[in-house]
Amino acid sequence: MRFVLFAVAALIASPALAQKPAKALPAPHPGAEVYQNICQACHMANALGGEGAGKIPALAKNGTLEAAGYPIMVVTGGKNAMPWFRGALTDQQISDVINYVRSNFGNKYKDKVTPAMVAEMGVPAPKGGMREQ
Amino acid sequence: MNWAEQGPTRREVLRAIGMMAGTAVLYQAMEVLGHAKETQFAGPPNLQGARPGTKVVVLGAGLAGMLAAYELAKAGYDVQILEYNNRPGGRNWSLYGGDTYTELGGATQKVGFSEGNYLNPGPWRIPYHHRALLHYCKKFGVALEPFIQMNQQALVQSSKAFGGKPMRYRELHADWDGNVAELLAKAIDNRGLDSVMTKEDADRLRIALREWGALDQNFKYSKNYRSSRRRGFERAQGGGVLGEPIPSDPHAFKDILDSGIWRTVAQHMNIDHQHAMFQPVGGMGMIGRGFAKQVEGKIRYNQKVTSISQQGGKVTVMHTDTGSGVTSTTEADYCVCTIPLSVLSQIDVDCSPGLDAAIHAVPYSNSVKVGLEFKRRFWEEEEAIYGGISFTDREISMISYPSGKLHSDGPAVILGAYTFGPASYKFAGMTPEERIQRALEQGSVFHPGRYKEEFIGGATVAWSRVPFTLGCCAQWNEDTRKEHYQTLVAVDNRLVLAGEHASYIGCWMEGAILSSLDAVTRLHSRALEA
Repeated sequence: MRFVLFAVAALIASPALAQKPAKALPAPHPGAEVYQNICQACHMANALGGEGAGKIPALAKNGTLEAAGYPIMVVTGGKNAMPWFRGALTDQQISDVINYVRSNFGNKYKDKVTPAMVAEMGVPAPKGGMREQ
Repeated sequence: MNWAEQGPTRREVLRAIGMMAGTAVLYQAMEVLGHAKETQFAGPPNLQGARPGTKVVVLGAGLAGMLAAYELAKAGYDVQILEYNNRPGGRNWSLYGGDTYTELGGATQKVGFSEGNYLNPGPWRIPYHHRALLHYCKKFGVALEPFIQMNQQALVQSSKAFGGKPMRYRELHADWDGNVAELLAKAIDNRGLDSVMTKEDADRLRIALREWGALDQNFKYSKNYRSSRRRGFERAQGGGVLGEPIPSDPHAFKDILDSGIWRTVAQHMNIDHQHAMFQPVGGMGMIGRGFAKQVEGKIRYNQKVTSISQQGGKVTVMHTDTGSGVTSTTEADYCVCTIPLSVLSQIDVDCSPGLDAAIHAVPYSNSVKVGLEFKRRFWEEEEAIYGGISFTDREISMISYPSGKLHSDGPAVILGAYTFGPASYKFAGMTPEERIQRALEQGSVFHPGRYKEEFIGGATVAWSRVPFTLGCCAQWNEDTRKEHYQTLVAVDNRLVLAGEHASYIGCWMEGAILSSLDAVTRLHSRALEA
């Protein structure tokens, strides 16, 4: 048992020994994972969107994100082809991802969105649900 | 949108039992009442007598658009189709070796499949009751072959059962039925059904359960010849000295419950997945090609529609050539617009406020498909899996073996992922290479030692990144249907919408076809009244 514990400790320690003492990596933004798992399916990893027969808007350097109420409305309620994510994501996840986008991809909005704001300003999930079966 | 973790609930189990025990009876009752028939198709519309010189512009050369053009031209209209892509078919589409596909975001795939192999990114199967689509396939010379939906020899894999090991659908299904039959027989013995059945009916049900569930004389589901004829033998029947089969051990009912097998069984009881099902010989895209031959010379490709006006007693469509960038206008007396709402909601459409609201009210679903080509059909050669689907609770949700060219040599393509719900967004967010790798990794659970080893190459389409739709299909719900559906399908001055989004058979080609026939019939009446 003692040996196993030692081995684990060595494993944890080894990367630090192998490299020069470096600054600890900053913890990833909690909204980054939501962005990668959901948003970038359409808005792309670089948040530049895309254009074909129609357009997927860029979120990078996006002036409409200035008033936090707007992304809250769009993410909770959907817009045109974009489905709503109320119910699929928690208010915490929604605020995390909005904060992530509003402080990355060339966006530098300082104010933070909170789950309470999402709860208050968000569009409720529609009664009918997404799918009819 | 049920994105919750799908654990087996008691209600689901009961519902599945109810579905299995009650479907035959329910179906008979519905037959008598005239329900549960085919989709609504009373034959082609036979429109006649268009006023000479009347022009119709059709937007979109998918199935709805091409059929509208075909029927209207037959009735005497002067028809022009404008299409964004450089090919006909829209979402009816196959990717073949040599094809190039660029998704939104710019990632380009050069498909390397062998001659005759393909991925159907969109529709891939046709239920027997989609009579309108079947009618036009026959009429337009599109050869069909059976699509194998259910295959008991295929596999079912769950992270929650059997230590993640894939099991034969046959075993799980037999054990499910057998155990449910045994439990129900026990309930009858314990007089648990006395309040809902007469003694006589309970006795009859008890005998029926023995036959249905392959129970033994003691009404137990056990290891014997009878149950093994359902679930397969430990040693199969043979000839000569060792011809005698050895029965197999049924799995514990807890494991069967853990496996979630009823979901797969119930899925195949859905009218959309019942046999017979069809596919075109040579890929789903053959339907689009077949339709295109009927409207030859009428399609202008590479045209991106930018506005639709109804001013001045005519329809004026502005469109830009995606190659040259040249903008032109097409004028007509009427317009059939089959552009998906995901795109149409971004176009300046001159219509009633009600229709405008409807166009903006319907979000689009997402899904990802991945096609994987292998050196040979090891699933056929080594496991006797001929077509059908293996199911998993991993993100890829299933792999589907090719139904065409069964028992042949050479490379073949498996549908290696068909994602739903959150997995679709996760997969769509990856690069095409990452999607293919992930599909290969997840699907290898079914065929370890073969899947990765015999892999040649893949192709993938993420519908949220498809340039001509920006999504998969229109996602209506009860509320939006009530508020917007009738407005969406109504003729708006000189404009009528058609496509799967203007139907109650959403996401199926049949919906596009029936919507188109209904739209042109009403537009024709309107034109004759004018």
